[in-house]
Amino acid sequence: MTGAYARRHRPAPRRHRPNYLAALGALLWLCLVALPLYVMLGASLRTRPDYSTGGPLSFPEHLTLANYVRDFSSGFGRYFLNTMIVTTSVVVIVLVLVPPLAFSIVRGRGPATGRVFRLFLLGLAVPAQAVIVPMFYVISTAGLYDNLLGVILPTAAFCLPVCALILTGTMRDITDELFEAMAIDGATTRRVFFQLVLPLSRGGVATIVVFSSLQAWNGFLFPLVLTQSEETKVLTLGLYNFQTQYGIDIPALLAAVVLSALPVLLVYLFARRALVQGLMGVGGK
Amino acid sequence: MVTLAAPAKSDRRRPPPPGTGPADRAVARPGLGWALPATLFFALFAIVPLLLVAVLSFASWGGIGAPEFVGLDNWVTLLHDPVMIKSLWLSVLLTALGVVTQTPLSILLGVWAAGPQRNRAVLSAIFFVPLLLSATAVSVLWRALLDPNFGVPAQARWLFGDGNLLGSRTGAIAVLVLVGTWQFTPLHTLIYQGATRAIPEVLYQAAAIDGAGTVRQFFHITLPQLRNSVITSVILMVVGGLTTFDTVLILTQGGPGTETTISAFYMYQKAFKSFDFGAGAAIALLLVIVATMISLIVVRLSGYDRMASPKEGL
Repeated sequence: MTGAYARRHRPAPRRHRPNYLAALGALLWLCLVALPLYVMLGASLRTRPDYSTGGPLSFPEHLTLANYVRDFSSGFGRYFLNTMIVTTSVVVIVLVLVPPLAFSIVRGRGPATGRVFRLFLLGLAVPAQAVIVPMFYVISTAGLYDNLLGVILPTAAFCLPVCALILTGTMRDITDELFEAMAIDGATTRRVFFQLVLPLSRGGVATIVVFSSLQAWNGFLFPLVLTQSEETKVLTLGLYNFQTQYGIDIPALLAAVVLSALPVLLVYLFARRALVQGLMGVGGK
Repeated sequence: MVTLAAPAKSDRRRPPPPGTGPADRAVARPGLGWALPATLFFALFAIVPLLLVAVLSFASWGGIGAPEFVGLDNWVTLLHDPVMIKSLWLSVLLTALGVVTQTPLSILLGVWAAGPQRNRAVLSAIFFVPLLLSATAVSVLWRALLDPNFGVPAQARWLFGDGNLLGSRTGAIAVLVLVGTWQFTPLHTLIYQGATRAIPEVLYQAAAIDGAGTVRQFFHITLPQLRNSVITSVILMVVGGLTTFDTVLILTQGGPGTETTISAFYMYQKAFKSFDFGAGAAIALLLVIVATMISLIVVRLSGYDRMASPKEGL
């Protein structure tokens, strides 16, 4: 899946004349995509009376950040922090576990290596919804219910199959000659890993970081089922509660939606390539 | 994390032979110790729960205390539960509607996005934004948009009538399909865009020499070449569609009545609202079985399993 994007710079199939029909279709789709986004941004930047009288589609009379400020002081600051903690921890776990795993799968010998890889491939087909009931049993038995750690561990575990798939793909591209050269130097397995494999898999590592942080940041089901108190609430859960409790205050609600997506949107602005590859990882899930 | 020290262990087993002997000529191979931490972690938090879901489906458990073995009780009850049977059909219906709307749309958009037009990069960048939002954010946004009193329907009465789109079965299903399409079309577009870029240019040149126009090139070269991507994308839609949960919870709560109670949502209600975890586990297992079966049928029908090299597969 990374290959398709590596080929980005090769000339695309050339058409002899511009396809007006296709352009029209793309424009129509643009309206459907952009309209909700416009309403979201527009409503979040205006007062509630202004929104109620003007309606969602009208242009805001004057812009205000009051909705954002109010959201942040009414708990979203806390949710933001919790989501940051979950995301960082998940990324750290993935970064510690997956590179050695992928290294072992790609360079290891013997039938056991193949079996390990098949186990993770099997995991690709298991959706989180399928295991949420026993996960609740496992987490509450382990005493981790309503604890951020109880969200972090399963979230990280469900990132592993896709991350393993992405990173083994990258590591397979390292040529045998490089490994032989390091063997002649008398390098240990550990040195081969840190000085050859890791530096040459930076692209894949970046992709799994993006993928796992997106999974953690946008995760909803695990927090919904495995936490309950205000102290452990993450952004997605905060949004859901906000909607059920104050669903009528649409400007504040939509400001909260923007707030919850802001970091992802910022990363998208500045590192689109890495993010799009991470999103393709989401597709593998 | 106790397991973090494990990679070092395999090094202790194979000490670096400093300078002497033939061992330092051999290419260093990582032992299984390198895979062990990740494998144990994954087994504990994904494989064990998956096995437990099967065990729990034969048990009665209310959330506290120890689960009690009840044999086939949960399964018998479920098979006689009209809401359950309906929810399965509804899951399949929603998935099918999703596949039917998203596939043509994302193929067209993907082929378009793979082209050389100058406006392509900017438009594609906007097209991807829905994919960046969490399913929760997307559902909350659409619910606000479609609010009968404060949303778009209130401003466009001529189009929406009384505006209560989520109040009828047809309306609610249409909204769920629309929101799913809005959110996931970018992902499938991405798959088709990548695959279209990988089609050898020489095929188009040959077709052009034979006098085939854009439309014929699309149907006779692009579409057949995208076959593997269609399979990948449809399987993703099937698994994703059958496990749709956030959207239903936030947009319709399974309503009106139980008209949009799809299986994944029914499982959540049974387990975490009625505290009948045994029934929840049985529904979950049923969902996995149905999703796997449909995926296998797609693979069989398309002949994907007989192909030597699934190049386009993810």
